[in-house]
Amino acid sequence: MIQRKPARWLSQALRSYAILVYAFLYLPIVVLVIFSFTRDEFGVRWTGFTLDWYIRLFNNPRLMGAAVNTLIVGVASTLVATLLGTLLALALERYRFRGRGAVDGLLYLPIVMPEIVMAVALLACSALAFDLINALTGHVLRRNLVTVTIGHIAFSISFVTVVVRASLKHFDRRLEEAAADLGANSWQIFWRITFPLILPGVIGGALLAFTLSLDDFIISLFLSGPGTSLLPVEVYNRVRRAITPEINAISTLMLLLSITLVVLSQLAQRRR
Amino acid sequence: MSDTPAIELHDVVKQFGATYAVDHVSLQVGDGEFFSLLGPSGCGKTTTLRMIAGFEYPSHGEVLIHGRAMAATPPHRRPVNTVFQSYALFPHMSVAQNVAFGLQMKGVPKHELGPRVQAALEMVRLDGFDQRRPREMSGGQQQRVALARALVNQPEVLLLDEPLGALDQKLRKEMQFELKRLQHRVGITFIFVTHDQEEALTMSDRIAVMNQGKVLQVGSPTEIYERPTCRFVADFIGETNFIEGQVVAHDGGYATIQSHDGLELRGVTPRPVSVGAHATLSLRPEKARLLTPDQAQSVQETFRLAVKVELVSYIGSDTRITVRLNAQRTLDVWEQNTRSTLDRNAYWQPGEDAVLVCPPENALVLVE
Amino acid sequence: MRVIGMIDQIRMRRDRRNLLALLAPGMLWLLAFFALPLVIILLYSILTNGPRGAIVWQPTLENYRTLFTQTIYVNAYLRSIRISLETTLICLLLGYPLALFIVRQPAHWRTLLIFLVLIPFWTNFLVRIYAWQIILANNGLINGGLTALGLTPLALLNTEGATLLGLVYGELPFMVLPLYAALARFDFTQLEAAADLGANRWQAFWRVMVPQTMPGIVAGSVLVFIPTLGQFVVAELLGGAKVDYLGNLIQRLFLRSNPINWPLGSALAVIMMVILLALIFWYFRVTREDER
Repeated sequence: MIQRKPARWLSQALRSYAILVYAFLYLPIVVLVIFSFTRDEFGVRWTGFTLDWYIRLFNNPRLMGAAVNTLIVGVASTLVATLLGTLLALALERYRFRGRGAVDGLLYLPIVMPEIVMAVALLACSALAFDLINALTGHVLRRNLVTVTIGHIAFSISFVTVVVRASLKHFDRRLEEAAADLGANSWQIFWRITFPLILPGVIGGALLAFTLSLDDFIISLFLSGPGTSLLPVEVYNRVRRAITPEINAISTLMLLLSITLVVLSQLAQRRR
Repeated sequence: MSDTPAIELHDVVKQFGATYAVDHVSLQVGDGEFFSLLGPSGCGKTTTLRMIAGFEYPSHGEVLIHGRAMAATPPHRRPVNTVFQSYALFPHMSVAQNVAFGLQMKGVPKHELGPRVQAALEMVRLDGFDQRRPREMSGGQQQRVALARALVNQPEVLLLDEPLGALDQKLRKEMQFELKRLQHRVGITFIFVTHDQEEALTMSDRIAVMNQGKVLQVGSPTEIYERPTCRFVADFIGETNFIEGQVVAHDGGYATIQSHDGLELRGVTPRPVSVGAHATLSLRPEKARLLTPDQAQSVQETFRLAVKVELVSYIGSDTRITVRLNAQRTLDVWEQNTRSTLDRNAYWQPGEDAVLVCPPENALVLVE
Repeated sequence: MRVIGMIDQIRMRRDRRNLLALLAPGMLWLLAFFALPLVIILLYSILTNGPRGAIVWQPTLENYRTLFTQTIYVNAYLRSIRISLETTLICLLLGYPLALFIVRQPAHWRTLLIFLVLIPFWTNFLVRIYAWQIILANNGLINGGLTALGLTPLALLNTEGATLLGLVYGELPFMVLPLYAALARFDFTQLEAAADLGANRWQAFWRVMVPQTMPGIVAGSVLVFIPTLGQFVVAELLGGAKVDYLGNLIQRLFLRSNPINWPLGSALAVIMMVILLALIFWYFRVTREDER
């Protein structure tokens, strides 16, 4: 008889292949972390363990300033994007209305749009708007953290909406009917039933928005003004010049932060 | 108990687009009654219930609860509570919090909550489960929580939407009994939606049989089973043999029909008939008897159909026999196995000749 | 009954007000800070570039003519499309077996394995690409190893190969996730059914599994192809910015080149958008057909 279960060699081969792909995905990350502790001042050779680069990092006012800016933009854009995205998710999951497809489409575009297109578009738009304001009022505006934040919100909304919608999809509408049946009005239903149950999705979406904002560098590069440097842009400007263990160190910290946030986001969404 | 009906539906219609989910339904449910809405899925029974609860609003007609019109009353202001098919327990709250929810919405003072929740949980025999989460409980237990959560509010009417549908057979039987017991104890009106005829027959004081948005018959379980007024009800409740024909004579609540293959058959008419009308004779398989030709000679019954035994299925309590009347028609007869025996000859054998007899009061002539 | 009609109307009006309150803030934001900017570059793309990068409000199609006639631009997007296609194909070859492997694991492993794919997806792209510099640099990890073994070091960094590697590395998760979703829906007993009907493994794979996971393949390909087309960091950090890709050109025309030329850069961005919209349109056609 021919054994029709997946052949042993086939599943073995698949397993080895998968292990190689995972190695490929994680090799650079591991290398980066290791070489943030090397004494080698070019950051590419292992010449002994040191924490010097991390210490130097924290004593570098420019990098620390950029880090603070990044956090400010991250928190601000996350708050706004989470609020707007959650509202949109509720509208799209709870109502049938004309133009729903168009709203859906507009929401998905920022996810698939190459970031550089969005970045130059926002740059052009802000330039035009600033010229207009200058012509009308005489005020001279410059790109700063606010313009970056606006841009980050514009792409984060979509991601928040997707995540919150997923949690609304699993939501059993009969729970709301049950609450109404037990005497709750729509306000009470929302705050006592709906919101607590979609909260994991909202938190997940917020953490994602925060991660995206921290990691983004293209929009930040185009929209931040002079003197308002952001961490990813700072890193970009340095890595274009040379590898240094200092960048290894700051990159390691950024990676750690993102991974922590993703893990938190996943945990938040899994708890039901 | 008052004389005002607990629930009245006056000519209620619910349209979804061009389809009528509920089609001109009028009903009255008495105070303290256990009333079932019975019908196949999609017959409009759940929509009817949802209009009473207030989750749907009638396109036409009105719903009254204890004489008060409900047209402008949203669900949370109605004096009814619902037990949902899926129970709809709040997953983020403990059992006690679930049960307390309705009381909190009503603004019941905090110190009263605990005792009332406890009393409700005791009533459904779930004392000690108050700190559990719904998902940590079995289906039967969740069902009881849903009951307690509704009953604790002392609604005027309790609405139950296929509440036993998700339970296995044995648990179902237990809960049927439990529900009856609870209804006796709290004395409030129950409106029970189900597609399970046996469940409806066991539990209800009265049943409304629905199909395609219409109420076809309202009556007690015996009325529904023994005197169905139309073919659908006879067919949906229990099993039956149908023989179509034309009315050839009628007198004093009986009618005789002539079937298409020339048989003359007599039965009770639940509704007035006229000669020449199309009619269907309904003969319940347990109401007919099968005799050997010898036995049949001594029996004086109006129906005497010569048949041949075709299929014999032994199912324990009964033996179900399919007999062939002629080339086109077979009939089912059920015999109760009142004797305990292994003797093959005590049962019918395929190929045997037999006579099917049935007194006319056991058959029904139905006109559409 | 008239009362009921009135109540229905009140209810509908309240519903509409609620809907508007939910929808308006987010939609306005997206319209003002996403849709409007796209319209503005569409506008810029038909304006004239003045001295020192000033915009002259003079409509022209010159920018598009330049993009379609001057070899450096034509070469740039041919090169971009080529490397994007290569990236997509390699990601598919790497991603399909990986997704297949993950789907065939027990449930609790599956969650973990897909999560491991997800992590790089959300971590800083720039940093992950930078990490390859350490590995590929002339004095980096690989060449260090080669030298230690007494072999001649290779020029790995600043090559097109390095660019391709970085792109594949960066985009692979975008391929694996939709493939995984598609394979998770696939009923594997169908392979047994195919075998039962006489198909060998290879035939079962091509005739049964591939067609049914096609929406995932298409979605993954679109999701890899589109961002790759706009990439400029990888070419800069790993490719040494030796040749131009679309992304690098846009970035230069907007930020760096001397003088800057926003109208021309806008026209390039518009072309990229058109390619994107065409691909999305194609994607929806393919997946819709599948649903039927």
